[in-house]
Amino acid sequence: MPPIFGGGHRRGGGTEKTDINSIKKLLKYCKAFVIPIVIALVFSVVSAITTIIGPNKISSLIDIISAGVYSLKGINMADFIRVCVQLIVLYSIGAVIGYLEQIIMAEVTQRVARKLRTDIDVKINCLPLKFFDGTTRGDVLSVVTNDIDVISQALDNTITELVNSVVLFEGVVIMMFVVNYILALVTIACSIFGFLLTFLILKKSQKYFNLRQQNLGEMNGYIEEIYTNHNIVKAFNGEGDANQNFKQINKKLYTNNWKSQAFSGLMSPLMGFTGNLSYVMIFVVGVSLALNNSAIISFGVIISFTMYARLFSQPLNSIAQSLSSVQQASAASKRVFNILESQQLPDESNKTKKLTRVKGDVEFRHVKFGYDKNKTIIKDFSAKLKHGWKVAIVGPTGAGKTTMVNLLMRFYEIDQGDILIDGVSIKDITRENVHDLFDMILQDTWLFNGTIRENLVYNKQNVTDKQLDKVTKAVGLKHFIKSLKNGYDTMLDESLSLSDGQKQQMTIARAMIKDSPLLILDEATSSVDTRTEQVIQNAMDKLTKNRTSFVIAHRLSTIRNADIILVMKDGDIIEQGNHAELLAKNGFYSELYNSQFQE
Amino acid sequence: MLHLFKYIKKSDWLLIIVAVFFIVLQVYLELKMPDYTRELSIIVETETASMPIVLKNGGLMLLCAVASMLSSIICAIIIARVASGFAFNIRQALFKKITGFSHNEINIFSVPSLITRTTNDVLQMQMFIAIGMQMLIKAPIMAVWAIIKISSTNVSWTLAVIISVAVIVVCVGLLISITLPKFKQIQKLTDQLNSATRENISGVRVVRAFNAEEYQEKKFEQVNSKITKTRLFTSKAMGLLSPVMTLCLNGLTLAIYWVGAILINNIKLSSYAGDVYAFSLAKANLIGDMAAFTQYSMQVVMAFMMLIMVFVILPRIIVSGNRIYDVIKTKNSIIGAASSPKTQTSGQIEFKNVGFSYSGGNEIISNISFKINKGETVAIIGATGSGKSTIINLIPRFYDVTSGQILFNGKDIKEYNLHDLRNKISLVPQTAKLFKGSVKQNIIYGSAYDEARFKKAVKISQSNFINKLKNGAESMVAQGGTNFSGGQKQRLCIARAIYKPAEIIIFDDSFSALDYKTDMLVRKGINEYLDDTTIIIVAQRIGTIMHADKIIVLDEGKIVGMGTHDELLNTCKVYKEIALSQLKEEEL
Repeated sequence: MPPIFGGGHRRGGGTEKTDINSIKKLLKYCKAFVIPIVIALVFSVVSAITTIIGPNKISSLIDIISAGVYSLKGINMADFIRVCVQLIVLYSIGAVIGYLEQIIMAEVTQRVARKLRTDIDVKINCLPLKFFDGTTRGDVLSVVTNDIDVISQALDNTITELVNSVVLFEGVVIMMFVVNYILALVTIACSIFGFLLTFLILKKSQKYFNLRQQNLGEMNGYIEEIYTNHNIVKAFNGEGDANQNFKQINKKLYTNNWKSQAFSGLMSPLMGFTGNLSYVMIFVVGVSLALNNSAIISFGVIISFTMYARLFSQPLNSIAQSLSSVQQASAASKRVFNILESQQLPDESNKTKKLTRVKGDVEFRHVKFGYDKNKTIIKDFSAKLKHGWKVAIVGPTGAGKTTMVNLLMRFYEIDQGDILIDGVSIKDITRENVHDLFDMILQDTWLFNGTIRENLVYNKQNVTDKQLDKVTKAVGLKHFIKSLKNGYDTMLDESLSLSDGQKQQMTIARAMIKDSPLLILDEATSSVDTRTEQVIQNAMDKLTKNRTSFVIAHRLSTIRNADIILVMKDGDIIEQGNHAELLAKNGFYSELYNSQFQE
Repeated sequence: MLHLFKYIKKSDWLLIIVAVFFIVLQVYLELKMPDYTRELSIIVETETASMPIVLKNGGLMLLCAVASMLSSIICAIIIARVASGFAFNIRQALFKKITGFSHNEINIFSVPSLITRTTNDVLQMQMFIAIGMQMLIKAPIMAVWAIIKISSTNVSWTLAVIISVAVIVVCVGLLISITLPKFKQIQKLTDQLNSATRENISGVRVVRAFNAEEYQEKKFEQVNSKITKTRLFTSKAMGLLSPVMTLCLNGLTLAIYWVGAILINNIKLSSYAGDVYAFSLAKANLIGDMAAFTQYSMQVVMAFMMLIMVFVILPRIIVSGNRIYDVIKTKNSIIGAASSPKTQTSGQIEFKNVGFSYSGGNEIISNISFKINKGETVAIIGATGSGKSTIINLIPRFYDVTSGQILFNGKDIKEYNLHDLRNKISLVPQTAKLFKGSVKQNIIYGSAYDEARFKKAVKISQSNFINKLKNGAESMVAQGGTNFSGGQKQRLCIARAIYKPAEIIIFDDSFSALDYKTDMLVRKGINEYLDDTTIIIVAQRIGTIMHADKIIVLDEGKIVGMGTHDELLNTCKVYKEIALSQLKEEEL
């Protein structure tokens, strides 16, 4: 291997190992496609061989023509046509085989990519919620789209390209040395000279490319900030300042921009020059050899060497490219397998106990929990909640009210203690079973691109329009939906944007259709106007009737009417009791409650 | 779009002329080189040459190669500078234009679109000028010049070149026209794939609560299989490109040789009157022509390939260019006066029959009249969509009234210089907005540092938490303020608004993100320390506003009540409704 390619590896001594590891994993993943890959490899070797033979045949073709120059009979057309036909067959085989190889690899690549995407999507649904709290959404998204793209591109080109290039490279070298070792050395020397030149330039330009990338990132960040905070910039007269700052960033970008651009502009003239250089050198050396002893070197040989010169530098380029795409693919597959190999939720197929009809008694028994194993936030919480109770969860923002949702739904497992529903520990039944027992309405109203019906019925079978009518009427959406041209089959997308209130009504209706015995409700009110609030409130009240309900409460009336209030602060439940009891206690709750009526 | 070229500096146009000269030189040199190939070929064939002649021709050819390399390097450098300078100027112009825009213009384009226009679209244009322009100039010159050179040699050869160029152009053209729409489709499908995944992750709690994992997986699989099919199609179609090209080029070479062989055999000894030497020389000349011709033909093919590439990317560049130009040609709809009028009073604002509608639509607010005096605290309450924020946005002229008049200290706000007007009005936005930088920079945003004022702002806004941070007020705020909680961000925004020495402070529903206690403490501080400042509060919670000097109740864009809390409870039905939904009767 030429020294050019050492550069990339020398730096990352530690990462190289893992890189190989993820490449191995990737290859293992492709195991199912071993046969088509092998066939593609064979094809790729065949097409490389046809490429190598080509110039040799051209050489004899030209020699046949040359022979005609001094012969009175002229060119031997029979010989000429025979070689021509051979060449036509050779070229055709090369083209067909080459294309077949590409088709096979395209199939393999796309299927692997598809499988990777499916596996990741399925995996997403098996990961504990902890995973998503620790990873940003963008990271996972970029794995599903970008990283898998990188992998599929690498697979598509690299495997066969590498084999093809190696065969081509070796074949060309052997061919050249067999035909004429002096010309072979000249050709190789010229190519290596060219490579050193481009390598030096690449190395120099890398710095500017990196800087440019940095500048671009900085600029994007700044632009985004100023454009989104437009009203603040205006209100505080920050335009002048912003323009100044932008100009600085822009100037930096300009400098690195033109430098990196100029460097990459050098590449093609240099490559062109290298090509011309070897052309001239082959001619000069070839002619001088021919003059000394024309038997060794014919004109055909010289022409064929100009072709070999091109064939020689071509595989070197593609090997370099392949190696860099292998590197990219290894980084990408590392991220992909990171997700695929993340610890998933424990299998629960051995759990046979099932809760179907529940009354709705819920008991917390010495519950201890922390998101971080070393940092317990709920220290020791016990409470017995009777069926049909309304449980209000209150506390200042950031007190960890959603923790209760996470524990009840078994989105997170508690560290110690137990939660029982009708006396059965939720650990003893499957997560699916737990989820079936709860209706859940969260503050972030989650609707997806799809019809209103799909959003309402969500994963439930055999829901009639009558049921839909009943539910949408209850939440006050029926009139609105009926006014839409396509009614329940109206698509929810950019063309139809629901107000925050309507979104909330949709999620309540969805929960009503699910109709589970227990209810978790996050009262979201700040974004909804008073009248809609009234409607939603009524809908929620209907929903809480006869259900044990856990309400993350913002509304004073809910809090006051609750059967029990759980007061949270800094993640823990610090007080519990009903409104009157808690006020009498004169603790955190009463402070919280009274604060809003003070002047 | 062509207007954009005025962002190339005058001196850069000179450079471009220099670059064009070097491109022509380059073409000349590249077409000169096959002549030497011809000479060298004849030398080989006739066996008459001596080493000096070979070296002379080889040396001249190498000289051409060096000169051609140098001229294209000069070109590359010039064009890199011109393209980057162009991008710099356009970005500067865009940014300045956009920061000057009023809300109206921002809304027309939307923020994400403006961001891509300033970044990606400009980059596209820059890349095109850097790479495409050179091709666009070079390719036609090369094609025409090479064809002229070729056609003077031999008609049959020229025909072979024309046929293979035609085949290549047609094949490539066909492939591109078939695959291009598919590539666009892939872009869309990728977006869908993204949104399917995003949906699954953002709704992970709901998905699990409904045990709908399989439902989501099915949806994902649909997009997944569509994108796989489309990609397969494009891979297979584009896979044709390279074999077809290779076949055409090889075929062309073969055709040139074949034609050459026939031509050579057509030369008859009889036409040279039996002179064998002249007869052989004529044949050798033909071989030289043939060698040169293969090179010319490659150059013609390359020229056409370049043209095809340019025409593939050109439409996208035109779109980018137009997107940029659309921004640049947009006129700012809100422009202030050159100077501001002198006034007797301060901190006083008056609405006179104000109405507002977006570009000719229904009026969002109408007939709004009220007056606020210096030092008063006035609250605006009403349902979402009742026009509260609209009223707020009219005061610093984020939008202009469509009817009526707003007076600031007795003069129409349109008579003020925008800068002066906004200097006198401070604002806390509905959603907390912070800038990347230190906490201190955020609080003093737009003004100079003053320690006493800074301390006061921190105290009133309950932002004391910043003192507990590792670096205190010098601690960094990440982009979008992501390293602070919602409540903290809102408090910092309040601190910023209080720090600004303004006559009026507007709180646009700024208290909802605060818990009741902080809400109360902030209001208490404002009452204590900002006695002289006029305060306008938009709020949802009755508790936040019940002690205001005056409460304005809005319903569907109209004022339906104005007065103190106690007055409104008795006179205003809407107000009472709102109040009752939040508080018990006895608390009112």
